Amino acid sequence: MTASRRRSKTKNEVRGMSTQSVPQDRADSDRSRKEVVLSGNMAVAHALRQVDPHVFPGYPITPSTKIMEMVASFIANGEMQCELVAVESEHSALSVAVGAAAAGARVASATSSQGLAFMWEMLYIAAGSQLPMVLAVGNRALSAPINGFSDHGEAMGARDSGWLQFHSESVQETYDNIVQAFRIGEDRRVRLPVMVCLDGFVLTHTSENIFLENDEAIRNFVRPYRTEYTLLNPDRPVSYGLGDPPEFYMEHKMRQQAGMERALQVIEEVGAEFGRCFGRHYGLLDPYRMEDAEVAIVILGSEAGRVKNVVDELRASGKKAGVLRIRFVRPFPDEQIVKHLLPLRAVAVMDRSYAPGAVGAPVFQEIRSSLYEYRGGAPHVINRIYGLGGRELRAADVRTIFSELDSLRAGNESVPAIRLVGLRGEPLPNWRDQQAFKMPVGQS
Amino acid sequence: MSSGGFSTEKPDAELPPWQEMLPGSVLDQAGNSVHRKTGFWRGGGRRPLLDLKLCVQCLHCWISCPDACFILSDGKVIGIDYDHCKGCGICSRECPPMVNAIVLIDEGRFR
Repeated sequence: MTASRRRSKTKNEVRGMSTQSVPQDRADSDRSRKEVVLSGNMAVAHALRQVDPHVFPGYPITPSTKIMEMVASFIANGEMQCELVAVESEHSALSVAVGAAAAGARVASATSSQGLAFMWEMLYIAAGSQLPMVLAVGNRALSAPINGFSDHGEAMGARDSGWLQFHSESVQETYDNIVQAFRIGEDRRVRLPVMVCLDGFVLTHTSENIFLENDEAIRNFVRPYRTEYTLLNPDRPVSYGLGDPPEFYMEHKMRQQAGMERALQVIEEVGAEFGRCFGRHYGLLDPYRMEDAEVAIVILGSEAGRVKNVVDELRASGKKAGVLRIRFVRPFPDEQIVKHLLPLRAVAVMDRSYAPGAVGAPVFQEIRSSLYEYRGGAPHVINRIYGLGGRELRAADVRTIFSELDSLRAGNESVPAIRLVGLRGEPLPNWRDQQAFKMPVGQS
Repeated sequence: MSSGGFSTEKPDAELPPWQEMLPGSVLDQAGNSVHRKTGFWRGGGRRPLLDLKLCVQCLHCWISCPDACFILSDGKVIGIDYDHCKGCGICSRECPPMVNAIVLIDEGRFR
């Protein structure tokens, strides 16, 4: 350990920003939690009310407007002590967030689509400065053409910005993810900003019965925020945002990467602790009926529920089908995914985003790349791009994909490698020619 | 060095490995810019020359200099720190026209 590392462990408490943490009391939270009907936006707002960050800079945008509205009314009603900063754009919103976080504050905000796109420059500055903060993203398709409905385009664009990225399946999970996001991002091993994605309208505007945990229990779980590097501590002055010459830049990028790598472990630890406190356990992945599956769909976000329903149907008729839902795109849990996929014969990766000119959509690319080392025994991997701009994914579409996987297993090479689900008209010929990338099946 | 005076100009062996650096390019050593000799950024530009015989000690140059390059002793300007002066010329502009104690001279004249 060098001098600078040792110094980083000195006590540094920003006045008025930390108190002693109180030990967990599970029994307490069991008794006083409430079952309520909330939409995704409302659930996020309630989670933020309970965590009560120091600063919420925001600029409203459909479909996540309600989050800022509710935070504003919680503050007006005296239920939050948070400082809401109304700014003139999302670029400014995240700039305020960066400044507040550097000053040592716990920060949260919410946005969608064009708003996230307008935050782009600051996304990298928050991540590069290793400033923890939580951003709820109500996923909505990017313009043009202007659409307003859900897909993961903007989130996938931000996947390499250095933010951790959660994708929630339900309103309950969104609420739970917001709470866990503070702990994960603020962990000293991680120190990175976290994006919590919830599908626009499908989650943001749809009401669901959820457990709203006790305020005190959530506050105890999240713990008071402590950071050792703050602009407001005259006893230990630090500078943020300095010029970083060529001989340091790569090492700083490696520090960010180390935070990402360690986050895999922290996510599991925090998920397990959350389970112990509140009874809902979370890991990196959400495998559903994968134990003895032969074919599976990999998916993220809210549409996983529909795929699970179809899997139940197929299982009832004796087909060994499963779903692997990915909860995190960054850090990408490749080892854990590979472990689930290797025993399979064929896999369809379902992406709700589109990368023009690329070989398939982002999640597909990473999964296929993760499996490359196992090419002798790896399953066929195909890409099904669905739900762009809010296009409905029907159960019939999912059944078709499973039957495509079956025919791949049977050696049918005419199954297209990449296909837009529900597209009118024939796909492009060069996509058809890739014919499932002709991987030999089961030669491990 | 291609990094324009930005670099520490130290060999690799003297630089810390990534594990020993603070996260997020945070710097916890206040006031270390004095060690970065950025004066050569003047390049082929102009260098301010101060004529102390004309100077009336109004301190306009001292308070206007963005790089704090005017050296004070007992509350009086005694010279210019050329290791950090970038040749912006603000001092010469701020020096009262009636006094005109600071003139900008082409760096080429000093070679």
